Amino acid sequence: MSHAPHQTHDFRAGIDAGLHDTTLRANFRRAMDGLMTKRAKQFEDPQEWTRLRALGQEIRQRALSKLPDLLERLEENCTRNGIHVHWAEDVAQANAIILGILQQRGITTVVKGKSMVSEEMHLNAFLGGHGIRALEADLGEYIIQLAGQMPCHIVMPAIHLNKTQIADLFADKLGTSPDGQDAEALTAIAREKLREEFRTAGAGISGVNFPVAETGTLCLIENEGNGRMVTTVPPVHIAVTGIEKVVENLEDVTPLLRLLTRSATGQPITTYVNMISGPRRGADQDGPQEVHLVLIDFGRSRVYADPETRQTLQCIRCAACMNHCPVYVRVGGHAYGGVYPGPIGKILTPQLNGLAEYPDHPSASSLCNACVEVCPVKIPIAQMLVRLRNEKAGKGTGAVQDAGSGGSLLEDAAWKAWATTYSSPLAYRVASAAMTAVGNALPASAPLLKAWTSVRTKPRFAAQSLHRTLKEMGVADE
Amino acid sequence: MTSGSLPAATVPRPLPAGPVTEVYLFGTCLVDLFTPSAGVSTVRLLQREGVRVIFPQGQSCCGQPAYNSGHPEEARAVARAQIPLFSKDIPIVIPSGSCGGMIRQHWPHLFAGQPEEAAACAIAARIWELSEFLLHVLKVSLEDHGAPETVTWHSSCHAMREMGLTDEPKRLLGQLKNVTVAPLQRERECCGFGGTFAVRHADVSAAMVADKCADIESTGAATVLGGDCGCLMNISGALDQKRSAVGSQHLADYLWERTQ
Repeated sequence: MSHAPHQTHDFRAGIDAGLHDTTLRANFRRAMDGLMTKRAKQFEDPQEWTRLRALGQEIRQRALSKLPDLLERLEENCTRNGIHVHWAEDVAQANAIILGILQQRGITTVVKGKSMVSEEMHLNAFLGGHGIRALEADLGEYIIQLAGQMPCHIVMPAIHLNKTQIADLFADKLGTSPDGQDAEALTAIAREKLREEFRTAGAGISGVNFPVAETGTLCLIENEGNGRMVTTVPPVHIAVTGIEKVVENLEDVTPLLRLLTRSATGQPITTYVNMISGPRRGADQDGPQEVHLVLIDFGRSRVYADPETRQTLQCIRCAACMNHCPVYVRVGGHAYGGVYPGPIGKILTPQLNGLAEYPDHPSASSLCNACVEVCPVKIPIAQMLVRLRNEKAGKGTGAVQDAGSGGSLLEDAAWKAWATTYSSPLAYRVASAAMTAVGNALPASAPLLKAWTSVRTKPRFAAQSLHRTLKEMGVADE
Repeated sequence: MTSGSLPAATVPRPLPAGPVTEVYLFGTCLVDLFTPSAGVSTVRLLQREGVRVIFPQGQSCCGQPAYNSGHPEEARAVARAQIPLFSKDIPIVIPSGSCGGMIRQHWPHLFAGQPEEAAACAIAARIWELSEFLLHVLKVSLEDHGAPETVTWHSSCHAMREMGLTDEPKRLLGQLKNVTVAPLQRERECCGFGGTFAVRHADVSAAMVADKCADIESTGAATVLGGDCGCLMNISGALDQKRSAVGSQHLADYLWERTQ
């Protein structure tokens, strides 16, 4: 897919801002601790967890292995159900499709359910530029739309803000009192504002959790009822989703739902599970008159083409990886820049948008594997980060966009010298003797040591290596 | 230490057939140059159980630094040089969960389709992190000769998530009758080392290790113990920098010293 050159995202500036904002750090820590505890309670039986996530992985891998076929069947069955299916290769196409649907019907106001794909499209801003008002109806999205921000988390977009900050925001934007507002009162304010919008909007736009190929059903889960309203009250419903999300049949949905809601929010199931199978029919009392499904690519085909990177597309967007990430909890979601933050963002964003635009994403991980441990569909996130590091250095297969863009002759030479030393016993013996003899004389301001010693003392070389010590002890060398 | 709250010990992998009388030691490059005492203690702990230890002098490093930095060719060159040194079909004991995880989890991936694939996979299957080897294979029973003391335990990410350890180190510490292991808040959270991560993203790493040190200090323990020299170098460096009263030590050294 063609790709317009973008500005490099300054992850380091974002990290810096996140790390030094003590309120933000406290908000994330409190929220992530809560989410980790709730999730852990849902998976107390390790055998059930092992069995269920193996099933989840199998379902997603099977769907991906027949993706072209499943997409054809999805289109066929959706069409049979009266759902209009559209295909978009890039953001411009997807936005044009949606704009066309709205303009043809003279629609000027839409309400939206939560959709990360619509964030990829910058849909709200695009529609706004064409005189169409798009209002977010998910409470978290509603809050950040008021604040003029991007989501900082893919499930809980406003999790970086605490109650006081939200009360102040509502006071500023909606004129409500900033004092004495608890979560319930704040929710009531938003609900009242949104109710009228649902009634009068010309169209509802939503995402999809699982489009089902066999039946042409769009499965959408949520907790607030806003998804139900967005997809049933306005006369037109437009669903947008990535091509990778499709699953084969209805039986596949149940285990994925059990994994998704428990991993995401620690709920056995969400308050609402919507199974959308077309527009209002004959005697139906409610439902939209038209349903559209926009299937988007946006770089996914490229990720799909390589068997290793394809595993990225198994993601069911539960956010457990970011909830458990020691980097995410400290820098916050906005530091990542792209639409998807946290570990999944670190592997997905550079693949969709290019390593040149997101050069720091692959390295911003200690490879602690906390994400890998909780991923409900077993995406090898750490392995993928290593793969992206290879690709960035120009040492991979070149399958990832902007492969080689982070190559450094100096680094290449350093690793070559390292390998020469460490793969030859003689060279290693000479080098280690030198390091134990004079290594401690290196000043703390030496290039790599400087970063290390900013908060730590200098590591001290031992006076004598293990090799020499064991030789002197007479330990067998065979 | 009371171990009543811990679940029954699990044996995560098949044990070697028959009694083990001989093992290789993979010393690791960090232990070799920075903490050789941990390697020496490992040898002594094994020898005391009647196990003959072989230390191939040609060894250096598992290749992880290059592997994690996007240089698989260099990682392979270094790993390849280790393979012939550990050819006998006996267990390989390693006093580091991270280097163990590199060999166990990543060597098969690194050598996929290469001439050394079968040999690399065979070594991966024979690598044992020290604490799992002492507990599950040798079934040691430790006699504590030390004074009453409170310590705390930092479990390293790769020991748990790549080698599949659960509570083996704490079970060994639980055998020391005068040692109390104070629970560490967020014990399973990364200390922020991550090899080159600590210098590439020094600020994030610094924030992680600062939180880890604060958690360690709030336990009231005199010493923090760990099984990985990378984590220990990071944590002890940060504790020293802030002139903390808490010391740090590798599990092998601690077990050996207490049982003299």
